Order: sequence, then structure tokens, then C-alpha cells
Amino acid sequence: MKIIVCIKQVPDTNEVRINPETGTLMREGVPSIMNPDDKAALEAALRIKDASGARVIGLSMGPRQAEDVLREALAMGADECYLLTDRAFGGADTWATSSTLAAAIKQIGCDLVLTGRQAIDGDTAQVGPGIAEHLGMPNLSYAEDIRIDGSDVIVRQQYDDSIYTVRAAMPALVTVLSELNEPRYMTPGGIFDAYREKELTVWGRDDIEIEDENIGLKGSPTRVAKSFPKSVKAPGMTINEGADESVQFIVDKLKEKYIL
Amino acid sequence: MAYKGVFTFAEQIDGVLTNVSYELIGKARDLAKDLDEDVTAVLLGEKISHLAPELIAGGADRVLYLDRAELKVYRTEPYTQAMTYVIEEYKPEILLIGATALGRDLGPRLAARVHTGLTADCTALEIDPENKELRMTRPAFGGNLMATILCADHRPQMATVRPGVMVREVADPERAGEIIQLDFKPEKNDCYVTVEEIAKKIGQHVDITEADVLVAGGRGVGGAEGFAILQELADVLGGEMAASRAVVDAGWQAKERQVGQTGKTVRPGLYFAVGISGAIQHLAGMEEAEYIVAINKNPDAAIFSVADVGIVGDLFEIVPKLIAALKKEI
Repeated sequence: MKIIVCIKQVPDTNEVRINPETGTLMREGVPSIMNPDDKAALEAALRIKDASGARVIGLSMGPRQAEDVLREALAMGADECYLLTDRAFGGADTWATSSTLAAAIKQIGCDLVLTGRQAIDGDTAQVGPGIAEHLGMPNLSYAEDIRIDGSDVIVRQQYDDSIYTVRAAMPALVTVLSELNEPRYMTPGGIFDAYREKELTVWGRDDIEIEDENIGLKGSPTRVAKSFPKSVKAPGMTINEGADESVQFIVDKLKEKYIL
Repeated sequence: MAYKGVFTFAEQIDGVLTNVSYELIGKARDLAKDLDEDVTAVLLGEKISHLAPELIAGGADRVLYLDRAELKVYRTEPYTQAMTYVIEEYKPEILLIGATALGRDLGPRLAARVHTGLTADCTALEIDPENKELRMTRPAFGGNLMATILCADHRPQMATVRPGVMVREVADPERAGEIIQLDFKPEKNDCYVTVEEIAKKIGQHVDITEADVLVAGGRGVGGAEGFAILQELADVLGGEMAASRAVVDAGWQAKERQVGQTGKTVRPGLYFAVGISGAIQHLAGMEEAEYIVAINKNPDAAIFSVADVGIVGDLFEIVPKLIAALKKEI
């Protein structure tokens, strides 16, 4: 069995700060990490490998330095990785990203595609289902449990108010929640293998079969017109007094606003 | 035929329309007015025709519904086929879908199929007065930044919309509208899945987006036991209890009570933030609350920057006294 895991390198958004004077995003010094949901997807693939044997292949699209997260994936136990990197892929929205990744997956070939539910820098959750559509596979979103049963995959999906248990014939795509598991750490031996033994293939524009109108900026139906910091409302009044004064202050304010 | 009209996906579960279905219609009315077009709600399911008049009362000019057994419970493929049929047949200018778990599964699949753009989790939508394009605004970077997105050359312009952000219209049972039954049969293919079981989540009755008063606790509450006094405060005010992501991640409270970028967006009349430091991702989910009271022992906590009333102090000392004081007032 071959499992492809889609992995995105993202800035750690928990570390992003806003410059209070200019209201702009301070990106300097923000570490790049493996997207948490994708890491859970990788762990899920590695557990299937541990339990019943599988070849686990990491796939990422991004700038050259996205190689770092793929090396991490190899060190965790992935067997090989592919990095799609080319200026021609740049500026892709979720539509073009999923069509590009789908084209690469088609060429590599697999029984199961695992992706994170969403990336923490975009929070769109659109690339996984998009890939599945381009490949003509079922997508099973929000997995909190994945089991392989012969040629089927059985997934417990977390919807808003209910849990679906769903069976699909493979090939299929599953999007994974970070709650699914606790990803393993890299081992020293694994890190050694990741850099010395295992294969990381870099593919450019000409290495994948896809039309120009389905990649990059040109293949993207959406454009960002502008981005801006969130408008912040003026703060109210903060007091630092004893408990009794504080309670009185709250009650007075709520009365003043006719909430009480 | 030119693309025309503002369409909304009316999400129903077990024959009940979700709140966001009405919120979408409320927003669609604004957009349709600016475009001088109509609002159409699309309703899929089995034995759901009785919901159509509710959608008209909620502000739709027209309801298209498809009543089929294979649409009884949500599955990606037949729903995508049905919505693809609607898009091809009726050519909407704009299609809005609620950014629920279901909508965020259906939306991208559908957009990929009909080859158009989709903007996820929008919190603001407006029509550009110059060129009549839809301007879709959404938070990005974990709520650190807002981005306005356009879909210039593909139709429909599609967006999923955050629940709890748009405002539903007051229902008017006298409103007139057109109700059309669709005739379409989804075709079985390799993308079909078998639903083996659907288990309802326990405590599903809690919907913090509906509460007018929320008492939310954060890491500062110290543990699951600490929430007892927050529950008491919520009870006194006739509200619900909510929680920050740290609290949900730690397992002190259920996920359905989580407020924030990765949880729910709420806009209650009164929001108590107790022991919550105010990470950007939390603020993204609650700063639209009408009145915010924050209690935190750290005077530099970011939550005070959005609070109408900020109290620096020990929540375990203040909250019990506040409960006692409120009991006298109410």
C-alpha cells in the first residue's frame, strides 16, 4: 500500500505579533513549522505503516526551504518525499494548489492520500477536498479515527453536532484533525537517514503533467485585493482595585448600559 | 445566459434548518439589493419541502428544493452533484454557503468541480459599487490579518460564511415567494461513500452562538473544577458558559463551547472573559460582542484592549462576590 501525505510548511501563527505602532504584521523571526494538522496526517500514515506495512510518501509544494519540513517527515519515518517548487507554481490559490498537488499525486500513484484538515496560516480547509475532486476520489473530512479494512478505509468524521462513521473504497483522500494523534518525535537515527539515506525528489514545472492554466497565479480564480490589520476598537476602562470595588464597578457599569 | 442572482445553500440537519442558513439569507438580501437581483435559497434533503416557506419568511425570494432519499443525510458526492446541477441550470452570480463543518466540506469540492473560486470563512461581504463584483473579506494568519478576496473571471463567486457573523432577518410569515421542486437524480460513482453510523455528540444542545450572555473561562480558571463558579455566574445572568482554546485543548471543557478562530464566533450582548489572556485567535471569535467584561490578574493581558470593563484581580475572589451582588440586583 502506498500512502501520500500532503505537508505544508507554515509560519507558526502563534508566534506572529502585530506591531502596535503601525498595526502591521511582524513576520521577522517567526519560525517555520510543519503544519500541525499535516503532522497528524503523517503520524496517521506512519501508524498504518507500523501496523500493516505501507510506503509513506511526503509531498509538499512551496519554496525551496519547504525541504526542511520534508526532511523532518523523513526523520519521523516517511520513506521518500517530493517537493514541488517552481516560480510557475507561485501565487496559487486553493484551486490551483489542489490541481497542482493532484497532478503530482497522479504521477506518483497511491492508494490513500492523507492531508491535514487545514493549514494554520490560511485556515481554509479547501485543498484536501479540492485534491480529491481533481483526482476523482471520495474525500472524507475531519478524521478523528482512520482504519484500513482490506481495500476500504473506514473513517470517523467529526461534524459539528455528530460523528459519522464512513466506509469508502480506496483510492480515497482523508483530511485529518490534529486531535487524531500525538505525532512522534524524530529519532537521531531517523535524522541521519533523512539527510543521508532517504530520497527527496525535487520537481519543477516541467516534471509534472498539467496545463499552464491550472497552476500558479494564472490557474487561480481568486485574487487577494488587499490585506490589512484588523481594526481594533478603543479599549474601555480597566481598574486595579480591591474585590469589593471591582464588583461594584461591574454592577454599576452593567446598570449604566441597562444590561441589568 | 448571464450569471445572475444571489444564491444561498440552506443547510438542514434532520429536517431542521441551521441558524447560519438564515444568516446567509440576511446577508444575501443586502447583496441582492445592491445588485438589484433576487435571493434564492437552495434546499437539499429528504422530505424537507416544509422548510421552504420558512426560508421565504426568512427573506428568500425563491426556494429551489430537491427531495431525494440519497440526500437524507449529508454525503459529499450526491450533495456536490445536486449543487453542480443547480449552478449549471440556474447560473448564480453569487453562492453563499455556511462555514460549518458540512459547508466547509461541500464548498471546496463544489468549487473544484465547477471550476470557480471559493473564499473560506468570510466575515464581511460587500458589492463593489464600481464594477459590481463581490468583495469577500476573511481573517487569515490565525486571525492576525484580514484579507479581501475577489473572484473576477469565474462564476459563481463563492464564499463560505462564518456562522454567527451575519445577521438574520426578522421572519415575516406574510412574505411572498416562489417555491420550485427540482428534478435531478444524483448518479452513483467512485466518489460515493457508505455511512455506517451517525452518532450525535453528547451535549449538542449547547449552542454558544445563540446565547445573549456568555461567561467564558480561560487557562486562569486553573482546571475543570474552577468552572463551577463560572457556571454559577452564567446561571445568574441566564447565559451559557464558554471557553478558550487552551481550556478545550486541556480537556476542561467541551469543544462546542470553544470561542475563537478555530472555535465559534460569538456576538452576545454581554461577554465575560474570565482568566482569559486574550490571544489573537480568541479575540477573533468574540470582539464583536456588544459589551465585554474582562477579569484577569495580569494588568498587561491583551483581553483588556477589547474590554469595555477591565478588572485586574483574582477571579476566585471577585467572581463569588459578583454572583452575590448580582443575585441582589436581579
